[in-house]
Amino acid sequence: MHVVIVGGGQAAQQTIASLRQGGFDGRLTLVGDEPVLPYQRPPLSKAYMLGELPAERLPLRPEPWYTERRVDLLLGRRVTAIDRSARRVQLDDGGALAYDRLVLATGARPRPLPVPVAAPDAVFDLRSLADVEGIRAGLQAGRRLVIVGGGYIGLEAAAVAHSLGLDVTVLERAERLLARVASPTLSEFYRQQHSRRGVAIRTGAQLTAVEAGGDGGLVTPVLASGERLAADLVLTGIGILPNAEMAAEAGLDVAEGIVVDRDARTSDPLIFAAGDCTRRPLVHHGGHGRLESVHNAVEQGKLAAAAILDQPRPAEDCPWFWSDQYDLKLQIAGLAAGSDHTVVRGEPEAGRFALFYFAGDRLRAVEAVNSAPEFLAAKKLIPAGARLDATAVADTSVKMRDLAAAALAAA
Amino acid sequence: MPTIHVTDRDGSQSSFEARPGLTLMEALRGAGYDSIEAICGGNCSCATCHVLIDPDWADTLPPRANDEDDLVADTDAYDETRSRLSCQIAVTDALDGLRLTVAPED
Repeated sequence: MHVVIVGGGQAAQQTIASLRQGGFDGRLTLVGDEPVLPYQRPPLSKAYMLGELPAERLPLRPEPWYTERRVDLLLGRRVTAIDRSARRVQLDDGGALAYDRLVLATGARPRPLPVPVAAPDAVFDLRSLADVEGIRAGLQAGRRLVIVGGGYIGLEAAAVAHSLGLDVTVLERAERLLARVASPTLSEFYRQQHSRRGVAIRTGAQLTAVEAGGDGGLVTPVLASGERLAADLVLTGIGILPNAEMAAEAGLDVAEGIVVDRDARTSDPLIFAAGDCTRRPLVHHGGHGRLESVHNAVEQGKLAAAAILDQPRPAEDCPWFWSDQYDLKLQIAGLAAGSDHTVVRGEPEAGRFALFYFAGDRLRAVEAVNSAPEFLAAKKLIPAGARLDATAVADTSVKMRDLAAAALAAA
Repeated sequence: MPTIHVTDRDGSQSSFEARPGLTLMEALRGAGYDSIEAICGGNCSCATCHVLIDPDWADTLPPRANDEDDLVADTDAYDETRSRLSCQIAVTDALDGLRLTVAPED
């Protein structure tokens, strides 16, 4: 049996690990379009961008790990088409690979700025190692950085750039930061944290163009209000688009992501998909959605491997995620969509609190700032469908682990 | 390079040489211990690199910081003396001979 994995990120690496751990002794090939071993992306907007983590520590595993697992690594190569009837993928160098099972771990790419950009050399994405290499030279104290997008990537980059002494402005089109992914309470907390350190947070700010040159700056971001900003560099973080076009061209079900079932299987039973490129069942929340996270990449890598090996399906966690900004460690478990009320546990002013989202008495999500016990409890309570008393949650005199143990025992 | 002795999750025992400068988690992962998931990559955010240090070594290692303590104390396999997140331990020559067990999955 030959398993071909298309893509060279975390989902790909996990699929390899789980296949070999599960006893797969067939042939394994990874085709990755980046010229490097699979690496960790989260540090790109955190420790690596800050210069605290050397590049040699970014790879998820060293090269011998792949050799020992007998993986043929085709790096810097791209799959251009899938021929399902011949069970073969076409490579960009004219070659082809026959497969018995195919795993699409093609990831996602930055959403391009939907405005005219006259100075592309000063405008950077933040997705790949190559992106960060490009921007790092420009991250010098005193320079003016305009970040387009007040989501996690933009805010993490803002924290790093501020720490490096840049003059940072964040433009967010919505009326609040993290509008798509967090509660208004959390949005306001992060607005305050950035503002009080001197990062300019501009919500309701619609970018209409990035012009070349300007008053003392290298580029001029222009807003819908007509206001013109001076910047030395611009960083975009306005979301990602799943790399699902090739799957669609091959006739697989694609709907804002490659549609997969709980086993990470696509509409073709011989083809699996894992990670940011997928649209998957949200087992503990209902419906389907895209999850852009390490947790999802790892979990679907395991699910695909188990399905390929015809082994029992591994446990499915609730979605979880983290973001580091300054000395604030944010951890999120679950999905807040569909919740009807929120309870605050702890003191936002003290920088240590958690927001609990409920649908009735069922916990749906927790956003925890410097509050690991609340995050860990949520990771257990949400998949268990546990019920929690909102009043009890707000009472910090009761330890979170005691609350959680009682709720789990009753579930 | 310090030699680390590992009892893996399946009970198998082995040793490897860890490179100073890495975290213990990175060294374990790089040496092929795939039971060390370290999903958060060493950020002290997830507790999936939990190991149980041989009791004789507990005093040699720097104590757990608050965030490590918060995470590890809520795992099912928590042992007050032995539990550590391997991403929070720097590999140094002083670790030569360290014995550890990969903690059960939480």
